[in-house]
Amino acid sequence: MFLSETYRKIATDGLWNNNIVFGQNLALCPLLAVTGTATNGLGMGLATLAVIIASNGLISAVRHLIPSEIRIPIFVLLIAALVTLVDILMNAWAHELYKVLGLFIALIVTNCALLGRAEAFASKQPVKHALWDGLMMGLGFTLVLVVLGATREISASGTLFANASVLLGESFRFLEITVIPNYKGFLLMALPPGGFIMLAFLIVGKRLIDQKLAQRKVPVTVLSPAIAEEES
Amino acid sequence: MSNRLDFAKLAQLRNTLGFQAGILAAFALLASVLLGLTNYTNEGIIQQRLDEDLKKSLAEVVPAALYDNDMLKDTLNIPSADYNIGAKETTVYIAKKAGKVNAVCFKFTAPDGYSGAINMIMGIDRDGKILGVRVLSHKETPGLGDKIEVSKSNWILNFVGRSLENLSKQQWAVKKDGGEFDQFAGATITPRKSVQAIYRGLQLFKAHQEQLINP
Repeated sequence: MFLSETYRKIATDGLWNNNIVFGQNLALCPLLAVTGTATNGLGMGLATLAVIIASNGLISAVRHLIPSEIRIPIFVLLIAALVTLVDILMNAWAHELYKVLGLFIALIVTNCALLGRAEAFASKQPVKHALWDGLMMGLGFTLVLVVLGATREISASGTLFANASVLLGESFRFLEITVIPNYKGFLLMALPPGGFIMLAFLIVGKRLIDQKLAQRKVPVTVLSPAIAEEES
Repeated sequence: MSNRLDFAKLAQLRNTLGFQAGILAAFALLASVLLGLTNYTNEGIIQQRLDEDLKKSLAEVVPAALYDNDMLKDTLNIPSADYNIGAKETTVYIAKKAGKVNAVCFKFTAPDGYSGAINMIMGIDRDGKILGVRVLSHKETPGLGDKIEVSKSNWILNFVGRSLENLSKQQWAVKKDGGEFDQFAGATITPRKSVQAIYRGLQLFKAHQEQLINP
């Protein structure tokens, strides 16, 4: 598929440069809460992905109607309604998944990344750009959740993707790997401090890669100033 | 889209207070209708899923050979406020085979776990012996307190066959407190509070034993 410059910029921003966690340092609350295992991270990531695409699309579609004075309450209302919808529908139709993730679905409302994307991107861009941005931001977030969950799970209990078959179905049992057999366990990594520690390592890793890339590359001129990001 | 033509007019309107209030109300209405509809259409399905869950838990603590009735429909509510097991009233599910009560089963809570309530379910036969106990949900420390889950360790299986008669009051405690049951390395409070809650659950059964097994 050929991607125009705009779409490519949105994609690299969402997945890497302006990644919700690495770039914007948002969504740390759900991030640290669920990344005890890679499976939980994946589930939370997918749920957030669905909601952020829907909220970006919806807000972009009605952006001309919304006066700027009351945009924040409307964004919050729409996001909260969407999250509640996902919560009800998952409880009814994906009940096993809901039992694993149910607690965390409500946390998506508090995920400032959704409001951030609505405010900084979706409310100023056409629907297709907003949907694409939601997809890329969501994928970027999922990626971080899975990587953080995997590293924490391996260091805490020596397994990877434990209980993946509960989340994804029996056919995904092959994902469940014992990386380090007879591992005694390292409890700290399963607890919240472990999340902070591992996140710090991941952010350092990302910065190092960025540095390497910057050294290798000749500086590139910005090609599409149309997408001006406004996060602070 | 035809409303593109009205953008100029919309821009004028957008700044008026009435428009803002109207838009906010419209979005609120839209969200409420959507949520109301979804909730209404899915309520039954969710209840069905919860019933399936409960049936699965009941089947874990009461052997299938002991009943042929639908336990979800054969229930009795007994007051449990004095037993500190969470609810003021406990729903007891009655397991009958050919009309005879073989066992009862109820959910109860240790409200004072290490980091919050520990929700459990217990099956008891008609003589007051435990058939099985399972933890339904808890917030205990992963890796330490979560050994109360049957998927993490066999600890909870030690209660099978125990009763108020075959263990004394002192024995209904963790070994550290002079009792029968193991604590976990690094976690004493979780098993201690679980044992105590199970003991209180048995007392609740005993207080209503006659009423429960002779309905």
